[in-house]
Amino acid sequence: MKSLVLAEHEGGAIKDATLAAVTAAGKLGGEVDLLVVGSGVDAAAQAGAQIAGVSRVLVADDPAFDHALPENVAPLVVQLMGEHDAFVAPATSTGKNIAPRVAALLDVMQVSEILSVEAPNRFTRPIYAGNAIATVETGDPKLVCTVRATAFEKAARTGGSATVQPVGGAADGGLSQFVGAQQSHSERPELTSAKIIVSGGRALQNGENFKMLIEPLADKLGAAVGASRAAVDAGFVPNDYQVGQTGKIVAPEVYVAVGISGAIQHLAGMKDSKVIIAINKDEEAPIFQVADVGLVGDLFKLVPELTQKL
Amino acid sequence: MKVLVPVKRVIDYNVKPRVKADGTGVDLLNVKMSMNPFDEIAVEEAIRLKEKGAATEVIVVSIGEPKAQETLRTALAMGADRAILVAAAQEVEPLGVAKVLAAIVGEEQPGLVILGKQAIDDDSNQTGQMLAALTGRPQGTFASKIEVSGDAVEVTREVDGGLETVRLSLPAIVTTDLRLNEPRYASLPNIMKAKSKPLAQKTAADYGVDLSPRLRTVQVAEPSKRQAGVKVGSVDELIDRLRDLGVAA
Ligand SMILES: Cc1cc2nc3c(=O)[nH]c(=O)nc-3n(C[C@H](O)[C@H](O)[C@H](O)COP(=O)(O)OP(=O)(O)OC[C@H]3O[C@@H](n4cnc5c(N)ncnc54)[C@H](O)[C@@H]3O)c2cc1C
Repeated sequence: MKSLVLAEHEGGAIKDATLAAVTAAGKLGGEVDLLVVGSGVDAAAQAGAQIAGVSRVLVADDPAFDHALPENVAPLVVQLMGEHDAFVAPATSTGKNIAPRVAALLDVMQVSEILSVEAPNRFTRPIYAGNAIATVETGDPKLVCTVRATAFEKAARTGGSATVQPVGGAADGGLSQFVGAQQSHSERPELTSAKIIVSGGRALQNGENFKMLIEPLADKLGAAVGASRAAVDAGFVPNDYQVGQTGKIVAPEVYVAVGISGAIQHLAGMKDSKVIIAINKDEEAPIFQVADVGLVGDLFKLVPELTQKL
Repeated sequence: MKVLVPVKRVIDYNVKPRVKADGTGVDLLNVKMSMNPFDEIAVEEAIRLKEKGAATEVIVVSIGEPKAQETLRTALAMGADRAILVAAAQEVEPLGVAKVLAAIVGEEQPGLVILGKQAIDDDSNQTGQMLAALTGRPQGTFASKIEVSGDAVEVTREVDGGLETVRLSLPAIVTTDLRLNEPRYASLPNIMKAKSKPLAQKTAADYGVDLSPRLRTVQVAEPSKRQAGVKVGSVDELIDRLRDLGVAA
C-alpha cells in the first residue's frame, strides 16, 4: 500500500486538515507521500517534509496548479496514481472539489468523509447528516477517499524527514481560470481548529447584534465565531461562518450555541464537540437535547451579563 | 443553450432519519420523500436562466425508482420543459449516475449542467465533479452565484475561506450551494400543466451503463448518542460550570 495525500497549504504552511488526512493515510498501512501543488511552494514543501509519517513530498511547482483548479490538478494526480494505491484528500472545499474528479478519471467510487479506517478497504462514514454511520467496503483496485478532519488526530508537524521530489506533468488545460477571492479575515482563531466556538443563530436578528453580543463573548473566551445557516442566509455574517451538514464540521472542546434551535443540519456540524452549551429562550428547543449545559432565557439579557461577568 | 438538471428523490429534510433495527440502512417506509433541496435550487437556477433568455430549454433527469417520476413532475411544475427518467432498481452510486449523465450529455449537448452539490441522504458530494471528469468539462462547485456571458460562465463558489470566483469556458458543469437562490413553489395551474409535459422513460442499459455498485454497505448504525445535560438557572451558575471546565477563570 502506497498513499498519496493532497496537501492544502497557505502562506507556506500546511493546513490542519491535511495533518488529519496524513494520519488517516497512515492507517491504511504502507508509505505516505504528500502532494504539494502551486507556484513558489518551496516553503510549503519543506514544511510538509517535517510532518511525522510522510515518506516523500512530491512537488508540482507550476502556476497552472495555483488555486488548486481541479481541471488541472486532477490529471496530475491521476498520473501519480500510477505508482500509488490510494489518493487521500482532506474533506475541505478543496479536497471535495478535486477528489471526485480524480476518482471518476480512475473509474473508482470515492469514499467520502471517512470517520475511521476499519481495514485498508473498509471505512465508516456519516450519512443522512450524521444521523447514521455506514460501514462501507470498496472492491475497486484503487482507493480514493476524503477524510473528516475532526475524526482523526493531527499528525505531528515535526519529527519527519521526508525527501522532497519535483514532479512535472499535466499543466494548464485552459478549461477554467481563477478570477478572484473574497477571503474573510479575522484575528480570531480559525473555526475548524478552535478550542472554543461561540455560534449565533437567527435569534440575533441582525449583523449589528451579532457584532455587539456574540463577538465580545467570543473574545472573552478566546473563541472562534460560528453561525447557523439562518444567520448566514440573513446576512449577519459571511458564508464561511456556517457550521453544519453543508457548512463546516467542528468538534471543539466547548461549543456555545446562542439563539440556535438545533436543527439536524446544524447538529450534523457540531455534535461531536466535547461540551455543548446552549442559550435559548425556548426550553423545548432541540439544541437542549444535545447540550451538556443549558440556560433558558432571553439572549439579549443573558449574553451581555455573561460577557460582563467573565 | 440547453440546461440539464439532474434531480434526486430523497428523504424530506424535515424528517429525522431512523436507522433500521437490522442495521441494513435507514427506514424509508412511510417516510415523506421530496426533491433533494440542492437539486431544487439547481432547477430554480436553470429556470431563471431561461427566463433571462440565457437558456432555451431546461431538461430534468432522474436516475432511480419509478417514484422518482413525482420528483420530475415537481421540477416540470416549477418550469422545466421536459424530463427523462432512467429506471434503476437498486440504490445508485455517484459514479454510476455520473456515467448515465455523461451519456445523456453526449446526446443532448447541454451548455450547462447544474446539479445539487450533494444529496442529503448519502451526503457524497461527488456526482457533479465526476460528471465534469467524464465529459472533460470544467466544474464550478458549491455555487452561490452564476453569470453566463458569451461562451463562458463565471461561478462564485462558497469555499472554506470565504468566496472564490472562477471563469469556466462553456460547456460547463456547476453544482449549487444553498445561497444560490430561493426556489419557487409551483402554482396549481403549473402543476396541472406539468402533467402533460413530456417524460421519457429509459433504462441504464439504453445508455450502455452498468450501475452495479462498487461499494458494499456492510452495516448502518446509529451514531453514539449524546446525553442531554443539565439546565442551569442563572448566568452565575453557567459561569461556575465554565470554571469547572477550565474555560473561564
Ligand atoms: C439541505 C439543507 C442543509 C442545511 N444545512 C445547514 C447547515 O449546514 N447549518 C445550519 O445551521 N443549518 C442548515 N440548514 C438549515 C436548518 O434546517 C435550520 O433552518 C437552521 O439551522 C436554523 O437556524 P437557527 O437555529 O439559527 O434558526 P431557528 O431555527 O429559527 O432558531 C432560532 C432559535 O432562537 C431562539 N430564540 C429566539 N429569540 C431568542 C432570544 N431572544 N433569546 C434566546 N433565544 C431566542 C428560538 O427559540 C429558536 O430556537 C440546512 C437546511 C437544509 C434544507
